[in-house]
Amino acid sequence: MSAMTPIGPSFYLTEEDHHPEGSTALGFWMYLMSDCLIFAVLFATYGVLGTAYAGGPTPAELFDLPLVALNTSMLLLSSITYGFAMIAMGEGRQRAVLGWLGITGLFGAAFLGIEMYEFAHLIHEGATPQRSAFLSSFWTLVGTHGLHVFFGLVWLVVLMVQVARRGLIEANQRRVQCLSMFWHFLDVVWIGVFTFVYLLGVLR
Amino acid sequence: MSAHNTHASGEAHGTRRDYLIGFGLSVVLTAVPFALVMLGQLDKQTTALFVMGAALVQIVVHMVYFLHMNTRSEGGWTFMALVFTAVLVVITLAGSLWVMHHLNANMMPDMQQIQAMG
Repeated sequence: MSAMTPIGPSFYLTEEDHHPEGSTALGFWMYLMSDCLIFAVLFATYGVLGTAYAGGPTPAELFDLPLVALNTSMLLLSSITYGFAMIAMGEGRQRAVLGWLGITGLFGAAFLGIEMYEFAHLIHEGATPQRSAFLSSFWTLVGTHGLHVFFGLVWLVVLMVQVARRGLIEANQRRVQCLSMFWHFLDVVWIGVFTFVYLLGVLR
Repeated sequence: MSAHNTHASGEAHGTRRDYLIGFGLSVVLTAVPFALVMLGQLDKQTTALFVMGAALVQIVVHMVYFLHMNTRSEGGWTFMALVFTAVLVVITLAGSLWVMHHLNANMMPDMQQIQAMG
């Protein structure tokens, strides 16, 4: 024992490595992945409870597929216009970035408007969250997605003000990049919603 | 994927062509499932399989063309995080549905048992 030389930790990092600018994108991606798990749990809940109608209305009676298709196209269009904003940012064209972000915001607002119309219709029909387990899980899942879109819109407006006042400085470019990931991520979640909740629900 | 130009910091941005390809594919992969369900030409099981398949493909399309997912950005860590998340999502979804289906099928008393209890 005594002959052993202490080999313990041979070095300590006294300074952190320099983080390259891109690490914000990685960190934000980690957040999105955790958000993805939230939606996975909500989808699982809907999958388990989605057929428990408690004698109440069924998806086929409630959902209006043409309206959902319109809603889906709004979100998809907002995805491509955000893509154009990203391209304009790469080219350093500030006015074009603001324009495309504005159009993205309008499509996002249209999505939320249609969703609110649908929700008002459901409440009017008595299909409130407390009616059945199916409706509880439906409102939780779709409502959580809608809330995400709402906060995305708030973020978008704040970002447009920042870009308009400070220009396409590096910090703003990073923010536009993060919101881009957030916005496209919400569209990915919506694919799951319109497939598993609306299409397969009506099919059942 | 050679169309992706990568900045010095390692983040990939798509080109206009990438976004348009992604958009076109997404429109098709959205329109076809909606048409299948709304027109109801095929039987339910086939339709359901098509609809779920289209959703899976569209998720990959969004990941590649809109989120610029690849195995190299950030030294591969974004991709690793995505794979890890996908594993957790599959376990959560499949596990919940599997366990709850069996609970439902095996634990709920059937009519004879309910009558015997009464």
